[in-house]
Amino acid sequence: MLDVTNIHFNYDDFPVLSGVSFSVGEGELCGLFGPNGSGKTTLFKCCLRFLQARDGTVRMCGEDTYTRSIEEMARMVAYVPQEHKPPFPYLVREVVLMGRTPHLGGFFGVRRRDKEIAMDALAELGITDLADRPYNQLSGGQRQMVLMARALAQQTPVLFLDEPTSALDFQNQMRIWKIMRDIAEDGKTILACSHDPNHVAWFCDRVVVVGDGKIVADGAPADVISEDILSQIYRDTCCVRSVNGVQMVMPQSVAERCCCTGHLHHGNGHDHPFPPDGMRVEDQS
Amino acid sequence: MTESKNLRQLLINLGYDPVDGFNEGRKIGILILLAGLLLLTACIAVVMGAYSITTTDVYRVILVHLTFGDVSTLPRLHNTIVWDIRVPRIILAISVGGALAIAGAVFQGVFRNPLVEPYILGVSSGAAFGAALGIVFPHIFFSIQISAFIFGALAVTLAYMLARVRGETPIVTLILAGVIIGSIFAAFVSLLKYISDDTALREIVFWLMGGFYYATWSDVWLLTPFVIICFIILWGLGWKLNILSMGDEEARTLGVNPERYKFIVVALATAVTAFAVSLVGIIAWVGLMMPHAARMLLGPDNRYVIPAALMMGGTYLIICDTLARTLTTAEIPVGILASILGAPYLCYLLRHKGRVIFG
Repeated sequence: MLDVTNIHFNYDDFPVLSGVSFSVGEGELCGLFGPNGSGKTTLFKCCLRFLQARDGTVRMCGEDTYTRSIEEMARMVAYVPQEHKPPFPYLVREVVLMGRTPHLGGFFGVRRRDKEIAMDALAELGITDLADRPYNQLSGGQRQMVLMARALAQQTPVLFLDEPTSALDFQNQMRIWKIMRDIAEDGKTILACSHDPNHVAWFCDRVVVVGDGKIVADGAPADVISEDILSQIYRDTCCVRSVNGVQMVMPQSVAERCCCTGHLHHGNGHDHPFPPDGMRVEDQS
Repeated sequence: MTESKNLRQLLINLGYDPVDGFNEGRKIGILILLAGLLLLTACIAVVMGAYSITTTDVYRVILVHLTFGDVSTLPRLHNTIVWDIRVPRIILAISVGGALAIAGAVFQGVFRNPLVEPYILGVSSGAAFGAALGIVFPHIFFSIQISAFIFGALAVTLAYMLARVRGETPIVTLILAGVIIGSIFAAFVSLLKYISDDTALREIVFWLMGGFYYATWSDVWLLTPFVIICFIILWGLGWKLNILSMGDEEARTLGVNPERYKFIVVALATAVTAFAVSLVGIIAWVGLMMPHAARMLLGPDNRYVIPAALMMGGTYLIICDTLARTLTTAEIPVGILASILGAPYLCYLLRHKGRVIFG
């Protein structure tokens, strides 16, 4: 469904992506995971053609995106940006209706069907009650839901989400992930950036780990979110435990302090006390 | 019954298919009311003037002209005052007010900033410089209007080129470029004022304040069709303008090419502003206030804001201009009145509706 082959990208002379390739199958929820500055967002933008890659191809639905117009792209892929505030108080229903833009024609173009699709998208996410509120006066979590509804209204086979849960509280994070799962069950292909190793491990069908402009690992979350790989990208700050069969990533310091009942899930040979410099818990957000 | 059905079908064909909750019936109602208000204001304004003519006489003159009747049966003086002075002046006021207001709505949408006005890219300073050149060197620049238009458009083109980096025109750069170009031309205007003689200086100052003193039918024939064309195109792009106001990246993902549409709408809005300014001078506030007022009434959807701004801008300038020519025996430049009337309104907006308008 989505095939990214050998993407190279430079900001001026500074290489950000060097030879990134991965692919996502139809109906898969794929997590794009990696530390700050690893090139995740740049990769996202190259796939969406906000940035022009120096080399490499991106194919969606079997078509090379670099030969497609912006209008055609918008019928293939919807994008949920990180939450933002537009300057004008558009109503939520108007914001969602904007998702219909690539399907509109005519002088004004907005037809009854488009409005109904927009309202259906709101209903699907259970936020019909927000329809008449000004979008820029909502809370961050509500705005994220509205942007999801807009992406649904766009009715594209592929969805890109840029850190959809980064600004949300725990309950809303779980809600968004559940919605993404439901959308993927409906046969849509989703690529979502995330900073939380637990989220991608719990909810994604597949995880692509980016580090330093390259793919570090690519596969099922159980294989990819391992201590080996996490210690590669986060320099020995994490360890992976299993709590009743559910994989948990936690900071090493916490794991040591609490000595969870769980066992070491993927050993990386560190059976001795960790060196002091490994104790640092880096901010992962 | 069939009539209302036909009307409904017509609206559906135009894209206005009402769905519960989108409030479109109400918005269309407001637009029709605004159109009525504009017409009413024009009808009242045409009766008012320094030289008193009875209402019946005024409308008889207009009626005879509209029905292509025999003009020679009318009193010559009435005919001249009503048909050659008041009517073109009112139509010009509507065109200029409407032009500035839609340009304001467009610029505010594209620049994603509700405090932007049509002069943001330096069109007013450029036009002022052009006009001043025309006034100071009448032999070289034979027409003040043409010179003002050329330099107004030139200023915006320069600002646009200055702001363009790597095939993109980021909003912040564009606004900064407008400020830079604007201040350069403003300095040139000061220079011209400094070297000009007293008569020319007086004329420059008057031009800068704006006014409809010399409104003629030929001005109307030049400007009004152009404003109508620009209005129709921009109105048709109203939905795309909504998308553009969400930001470049989002416009892209929603299938609207931001560079192409930004260029189209900015070019049209600039052209219409430069044209209006070159004919009547600089009239401030209309382009800033009227889109706000339209948004207060109808919400931020540009498909409604643009026509509403056009009609409110027209109404507002008719009122200002009528006051300008009737308040005192000598005429007050309309730019001054527009500012005096406009500032309190903006203060009110800021204090009471700030959250709704500015988010």
